[in-house]
Amino acid sequence: MAPKAEAWAEADRLMAAFRAAGALPVEADILQPAEVLLDLYGEDIRARAYVTGDPLRGEMMLRPDFTVPVVQMHMADGAEPARYCYAGEVFRKQEHLSARKSEYVQVGYEVFDRADPAGADAEVFALFADLLAPLGLRAATGDIGILTEAVRGLRTLESRKAALLRHIWRPRRFTQLLDRFGGRAPFPESRARLLAALEGGAKLTDAPLIGLRSEAEIATRLAALRQDAATPPIAAEEVARLEDLLNLSAKSPAALAHLGDLARDMPAIGPAVDRLDARLAALAAKGIDVDALDFEASHGRTTLEYYDGFVFSFHAADPDLPPVASGGRYDALTAVLGQGRSIPAVGGVIRPGLVADLGGAPC
Amino acid sequence: MLKLGVPSKGRLMELTFDWFGARGITLRRAGSEREYAGAVDGADGLELVLLSAGEIPRELAAGRIHLGVTGSDLVRDKLADWDRQVAELAPMGFGHADLVIAVPAAWPDVETLDDLDAVAAAFRRAHGHRLRIATKYHRLVRDFLTAHGVADYQLVDSQGATEGTVKNLTAEAIADITSTGETLRANHLKILADGLIHQSQATLYAARAADWGNGAEPVLADLAARMGLDPLGP
Repeated sequence: MAPKAEAWAEADRLMAAFRAAGALPVEADILQPAEVLLDLYGEDIRARAYVTGDPLRGEMMLRPDFTVPVVQMHMADGAEPARYCYAGEVFRKQEHLSARKSEYVQVGYEVFDRADPAGADAEVFALFADLLAPLGLRAATGDIGILTEAVRGLRTLESRKAALLRHIWRPRRFTQLLDRFGGRAPFPESRARLLAALEGGAKLTDAPLIGLRSEAEIATRLAALRQDAATPPIAAEEVARLEDLLNLSAKSPAALAHLGDLARDMPAIGPAVDRLDARLAALAAKGIDVDALDFEASHGRTTLEYYDGFVFSFHAADPDLPPVASGGRYDALTAVLGQGRSIPAVGGVIRPGLVADLGGAPC
Repeated sequence: MLKLGVPSKGRLMELTFDWFGARGITLRRAGSEREYAGAVDGADGLELVLLSAGEIPRELAAGRIHLGVTGSDLVRDKLADWDRQVAELAPMGFGHADLVIAVPAAWPDVETLDDLDAVAAAFRRAHGHRLRIATKYHRLVRDFLTAHGVADYQLVDSQGATEGTVKNLTAEAIADITSTGETLRANHLKILADGLIHQSQATLYAARAADWGNGAEPVLADLAARMGLDPLGP
């Protein structure tokens, strides 16, 4: 890993390019209020955040990324449309012995624009692709929105769809749940015993209720379990189509064609597939060779939980290295932080330290 | 000189002394009852260091002791990538305890980790914060829950009387050590059917980072031969 001075020199070059693209440079405090951020990030970053106590401000954390503070700043008083760029250290504990850094520089570019989401997606990706072109990286793209619409379109209980949506980010658990809801894996024995006891009207427990979870919450879940047991499994052909979608990995034109076929039987994904079509056209208009661009439907499923549309990353050949750059669309996050307001947003980050290691990008 | 770290008091110390004694090496406390100094008979080049059991993993990781006796739960929880920092020489057959996840016995709908995950999602919606699990074993519990795909929980630190945290409304579930389950039952908690995180016992470890070139290696080889240990050095 390049020394910090080299990472910063690279960061300065990238920032100059982002400013030239029309972005306003912004800063974010290194110490961020922990509570808001902890709730927004997935378990991985939550476990890896440096959290510390401040005598006046309560629990604070060293910023693990910039997106959340930049969104907060924009939602508080940003003009529209807006483009921001930033550079600074982020901090993530490393839980394994390795050369990976727990403190490294990130440079980012974020676009808040209602008018043309496909154009904004293409703008961010093309800007990154251009800046990183000398490094010969492999780009991968995906679209979380197609996955979530596919799950929402399943003909089954809302509770099952909600459980699947929650675990889009944990592929193994998602598969387990799909097997169970699809009738391919049995429920544990304890569930059968509980349902039998419920049918028989037996008293379920003599233990005194302790803790915050109330009798009503328990009753609600028991009712949901009975409803689930009384509902037929998700149809085999629906499960098969969803798995076909999750396993889709192809060059973008072939992926689009396949998704178009799938959309005939899964009409719920139609609008999201149309958005992909528009994005590819916008990327081509920006000079991206979309015929050679990889699309993996499951791309981004193990990254930040706030992405909800286009996702992308740029990787070096060495599989042990983290992505050199990554990003995506996070419309829903702006609603969460906007207190009633929201705006379509897309952005990404580059690790200038890795760029320097790989030979640097002449900007 | 080879430094051996042993828990400085209580049953764990006595049973460790017995274990070495049965293998021809007499460990004892030197000086007064209150002084933390140790002495060794029957093994040349072996120095006894009495330490708090909770500090032994850190001392092993730093290489300040060559060998150490402590619970496998403490080593796995306190050391990142524990098996790259220490080598397990011998499970010692005492100090058994299970690290388990327990929830209120009055939750008839929660018997498995699947149930806990589903309840965590509903709890977060109803209460506006994540379901809290009280524990002092942060790494072991987090790794276990991550591996099983449980989300929407948060760990809250509890260094003692963990079984009381649910009743005291500072947690909804706990992850703690139990040997008979008696304390859990007395506090109206039950263990999840698939909630066994780790079966711990007192274990003899060797430190990979210690200086083995100072004459410690032959002492270990001699000990290993006499005690019937796998002579595989660190």
